[in-house]
Amino acid sequence: MATGEAPPILVAIDNLTKSYRRGSQIIPVLQHVCLNIQAGEFLALMGPSGSGKTTLLNLIAGIDHPDEGTLRIAGVDISRLSESELAIWRHRNVGFIFQFYNLVPVLTALENVELPLMLSELPRRERRAHAELALRLVGIADRQDHYPRQLSGGQQQRVAIARAIVTDPVIIAADEPTGDLDKVSAQEVLDLLTRLNQEMGKTIIMVTHDPRAAERASRLQHLDKGVLNACAAGG
Amino acid sequence: MFKLILRNSLRHRLRTALTILGMAIAILSFGLLRTVVDAWYAGVEGAAADRLVTRNAISLIFRLPLAYLNKIKAIPGIKRVAYGYWFGGVYIDEKNFFPQFAVELQNYLDIYSEFVIAPEQRQALLKERNACVAGRKLAQRFGWRLGDIITLRGTVFPGNWELVLRAIYQGAEETTDETRFFFHWDYVNETLVKNTPAIANQVGWFISQVEDIDRAPLIAAQIDDTFRNSLAETLTESEKAFQMGFVSMTKAIVVAIQIVSYVVIAIILIVLANTMAMTARERQEEHAVLKTLGFQGRHLVVLIAGESVAIALMGGVVGLIALFPAAHYFRTALGNYFRVFNVSDQTLLICLVIALMVGLVSAIFPAWRAARLSIAEGLRRIG
Repeated sequence: MATGEAPPILVAIDNLTKSYRRGSQIIPVLQHVCLNIQAGEFLALMGPSGSGKTTLLNLIAGIDHPDEGTLRIAGVDISRLSESELAIWRHRNVGFIFQFYNLVPVLTALENVELPLMLSELPRRERRAHAELALRLVGIADRQDHYPRQLSGGQQQRVAIARAIVTDPVIIAADEPTGDLDKVSAQEVLDLLTRLNQEMGKTIIMVTHDPRAAERASRLQHLDKGVLNACAAGG
Repeated sequence: MFKLILRNSLRHRLRTALTILGMAIAILSFGLLRTVVDAWYAGVEGAAADRLVTRNAISLIFRLPLAYLNKIKAIPGIKRVAYGYWFGGVYIDEKNFFPQFAVELQNYLDIYSEFVIAPEQRQALLKERNACVAGRKLAQRFGWRLGDIITLRGTVFPGNWELVLRAIYQGAEETTDETRFFFHWDYVNETLVKNTPAIANQVGWFISQVEDIDRAPLIAAQIDDTFRNSLAETLTESEKAFQMGFVSMTKAIVVAIQIVSYVVIAIILIVLANTMAMTARERQEEHAVLKTLGFQGRHLVVLIAGESVAIALMGGVVGLIALFPAAHYFRTALGNYFRVFNVSDQTLLICLVIALMVGLVSAIFPAWRAARLSIAEGLRRIG
């Protein structure tokens, strides 16, 4: 590969359409979306409520199926995978960060981070070592034996980030990761995501309402009523 | 996974504690009711295969002439024959009911070798015409000691019958009935000969011990053939069939008890199924998160079914632990009605299997829903 050559396309979305059914009513959420995301990119998706940004993130993360179009990630058309194939693919390729952290309340920080590794064939000792390393990376190793209720919002989100990166995924999908945090905690979480992107080369796709959070991204995309403004320009 | 199942089951401690308590009470009730049914059949279970009972073919309430004894004895293959009848006397008060039999004691005790009597007591019992023998539990119930005078007020055979306790038998096995009371048929018959000769020299049944169990049906037919076309035709059957005849008379009660026991299980099944459905509904978002992490439907099925089975088994074990003192209380309080009241290994096993099945069945619907849950729907957010 020649020096200065553009990184490969990691996510290739073509003509993606998604709608939901509410009773007899069909609500279009995404309409003919086209988007390419390069490996190592930090993409922010913005748009008003109901614009379809979370739906797009869910489709990229393989937690929902498109109605039409293709969605290729690292060469795999995930829209054609079965439920179980998609679950395995998600486990190997995606780390998801939720707005409300969504940690399991009966597990400690360490056990929460270890959770995705339970699906791997790693022995218990190695799982522990991986989880401890992930907690050290996000700077919360000293709280590994605390339960979520014993942690602040910012600390919980760091644990959630550690859980997202513990499997060393290709993509980190973050759905408003700072939406429930105070200003200081939000900055810390954004610093962490920036580090993961710049130092570890992780591809991050982040949905946000916050322009200051979006500033951290290397690219910004706006969605409005299910239409991606960049689509017309060729994505 | 096991850790998560265990911690999930203790997440709502009060709810879990109440569900475990409900399950424990259900298993305790089921175990007790099953033990009641077992106790009902105790007589049947205690019957020996080498014993045949001969009674009047019309009904047990009609007697047979004592003269049949020698004809029965003469049938090849019969080892011993004893005879007797139900006495049905009252001891002090009617509430002090216990089974009383006037029997030909010598052969009867040889045939019923499970009634174990010390040799010197047996000798004293057989020697004295108004001697009697009581089971260990019966003697304990009334505080009888050897030599005590026991007076029965006759209902079938009028008058006061004074008997001297000369022996106390013990059961050879745990299931042997130790609440029976026996005395000499001759003692009753002598009085009947003097006072009411019309009903003297009669017996309620003959009990025969056969040499070869395989020939028992043939011998039974031979006995009945011997008395065919006589004034008192006989019906001879195995002791088990004879006891079963008594149980059949009360079969409706047994069936009702069995139905109630299954209703109790059905109720706790509904309660646990509701608890698990509620739990799974509350954790819908968490299940969606687990699926996002790569967990599949089958993993959630294991989590939910595991939790349900853990709660059901905890309740089942608590119920079984409580079953033993409860059965002991029943045995003490209702010993007059249930001669044998032991919790069988089979009952314990059935209770455990039922607890396991209740746990599994309760989890079917919530597990099925969790397995089918779409992540987007579970997260309840469409941005």
